[in-house]
Amino acid sequence: MSESLYTQLLDLACGAFLLAAVVILWRRELAAIVRIFALQGIALAAVAALLGVHEERWDLVVVAVGIGVMRAGVLPYLMHRALAAQEAGRDPYETGSAETRETQPLVNVAASLLTAAALTLLAYAVAQPLTELDPTPATQALPVGLAVVLIGFFVLVTRRRALAQVVGFLLLDNGITATAFLATTGVPLIVELGVSFDVLLAVLVLQLLTTRMRAAFGTTDIDDLRELHD
Amino acid sequence: MTSLTTVVLLTTPVAVPLAAAGGYMLTSLSQAAADVREPARSPVRQPALVGAAGGRVDRAAAAPPPGGDGTRRADWFGLVSPLAVIACGAVLAATRGDDEAVTACGGLLRADALTVWMLLVVGAVALIACATAPSYLAGERAAARADARSTALFHALVQAFLAAMCLAVLTANLGVLWVAIEATTIVTAFLVGHRRTRTSVEAAWKYVVICSAGIALAFLGTVLIYYAARQAGISEASALNWPTLVDRAGQLDPDVTRLGMTLVILGFGAKAGLVPLHAWLPDAHSQAPAPVSALMSGVLLSVAFTAILRYQVIADAALGTGYTRTLLTGIALLTLALAAALLLAQRDYKRMLAYSSMEHMSLIALGAAIGSPLARTALLLHIAGHGLAKAVAFCASGHILHLTRTTRIGRVRGLLARAPGVGGVFGLAVVALLAFPPFSLFASELGIVRAGFAARMGWAAAVALVLVLIAFAALAARTARMLLGPGPAACTDESPATSLWPLALGLVACAALGIATGPLTDLLQDAAQAIGAR
Repeated sequence: MSESLYTQLLDLACGAFLLAAVVILWRRELAAIVRIFALQGIALAAVAALLGVHEERWDLVVVAVGIGVMRAGVLPYLMHRALAAQEAGRDPYETGSAETRETQPLVNVAASLLTAAALTLLAYAVAQPLTELDPTPATQALPVGLAVVLIGFFVLVTRRRALAQVVGFLLLDNGITATAFLATTGVPLIVELGVSFDVLLAVLVLQLLTTRMRAAFGTTDIDDLRELHD
Repeated sequence: MTSLTTVVLLTTPVAVPLAAAGGYMLTSLSQAAADVREPARSPVRQPALVGAAGGRVDRAAAAPPPGGDGTRRADWFGLVSPLAVIACGAVLAATRGDDEAVTACGGLLRADALTVWMLLVVGAVALIACATAPSYLAGERAAARADARSTALFHALVQAFLAAMCLAVLTANLGVLWVAIEATTIVTAFLVGHRRTRTSVEAAWKYVVICSAGIALAFLGTVLIYYAARQAGISEASALNWPTLVDRAGQLDPDVTRLGMTLVILGFGAKAGLVPLHAWLPDAHSQAPAPVSALMSGVLLSVAFTAILRYQVIADAALGTGYTRTLLTGIALLTLALAAALLLAQRDYKRMLAYSSMEHMSLIALGAAIGSPLARTALLLHIAGHGLAKAVAFCASGHILHLTRTTRIGRVRGLLARAPGVGGVFGLAVVALLAFPPFSLFASELGIVRAGFAARMGWAAAVALVLVLIAFAALAARTARMLLGPGPAACTDESPATSLWPLALGLVACAALGIATGPLTDLLQDAAQAIGAR
């Protein structure tokens, strides 16, 4: 693979990765959000695979396949199942699909998109010393990873549906994984395995808690969680 | 020490709790299978006899009484792993040479003086918590809130929690350290939500979301440090190895290291209950079962803080001491101010203890910021003293909850007259937390403040003293209100004297540490040395 083709493909994959995060901010249907999250997982796997092919490290390609299976397959499947359970448990006479839509995010969609732009600029500013340390095509794309981390945080604090918050947490994690790959072609395998396992468990825990939350509160709106305060 | 003994000593603290967790898990699963097999006979999961070792379910004994011998034996079986942890810590402390640390498993596990000290603290606090668990669970069973299956699950999760904490303390790899601390979040989520009420589900949700997001920041920081290390020419295999990083910290790029350190301190600070990601702490600590609160407050916070201490050594060598000192001082004083303000307005005694934990963690952070040998020795002593006293206080608050069925301070009166044993232990634990002599928190707080004035950080120490005084007044007034006064007219409560001995033991240990550190003196000083007392 020639150097310029590699750079272009890497930039394309990173662009798709960032775009997916922005589209998640834009959409309100939880089902659509989960689908876009799966697409972002594919973009992340592509970034890892490209780095592996470029540096001719075939173990990285295997890791990339693993990441693809996990982020574009297993995690979206788990969330999809949680969503289906909510659909099934819904009162058939209730009007509107309140449980599967982000009806009232704290910040409206237009303002969210503007914030995403601001956060991306911030990520580029913060990543300055990181790219200067070792300017290669990969590290120059590094701010994209940080921008997704920041957007993930933003989703986490502004969305009110439990499942949307889980997506925010996973965006955060995707961003960190992308940063790790772009900066250092990935952390050591034992750490990567531990991290993936922890993320999988965290999502399972959150899914189970969503079920319990619906049993206890009748909804998964985080605004209803206000019994504990000072 | 031969290499085989080293391997055994370093793997036992992780392996024994893990094995115990597996055993309890099997018990729980076989219980579930039995429930499925006989749905007609036991539509509501009925308490049954559970053998401690094999998880043998004896259904032939018709209608076993709740909390039969087998179940009670299974409860006590949980004490094995804290004892194993303490034993390993003691052997390591005794056989420790003058020189450096011992390693095993290709450098993945490593024990220096700090590790040994933390192992002893974790073991001691876990001993108190696990020894209180039987009486806590007996109360739950009597109130029909727990059956054999949920009890086994409770034990399995507590043991797994213990294993994760021991791994976090023992590992030399900063990546594995992160994985272990994140694992504690996942395991304890179910323990926080164990009672499945609305409030406990809410607390568990907040806990998982805030802690996972916070600790994700710490992972980003870890990645950046790894990046800096790789650029400094450290090989891939050892770029996350703590001793290697400490040796070659001078070659790390300062800008990248600074960014990484900020994220690491914020991230592990979330798990240690420090501002700005502290919001989960009072909710989780007030909703978790009492023995779990004791473990979380007593050691989980300090284990997360040891991660910050490890990173601080690297940062101090790479950046000079100024940066982390400023950051930690700011975070410590903000946390302390918040804890003091919220203690003033507190109406719930479990939340009161949770805010008191934040107060003590911020004092520990202040000690780390000061960073002189005296401050570091004092902060390690403070970790031990706080762990013991807070574990006793939380376990006693579990007894109080069983006795009074409320967590409101306003509804608890005359505890000393009503149940002298429980009231006395709770009162003494709070006195220890208020840092009265002879308890060790007096010595350690005095040490931190003295070190602050000696290190020309007198203003920070003075502000901290004023805030601690406010917290002192709030805590003392609330506790006095609960303990003193006439008991209710019908004083039929019996204090469960048999279940109070672990708590008394914890208080005695805390007081003994305050009078003299005895054989632990060398260990304590070496531990302070290991985290770069300068």
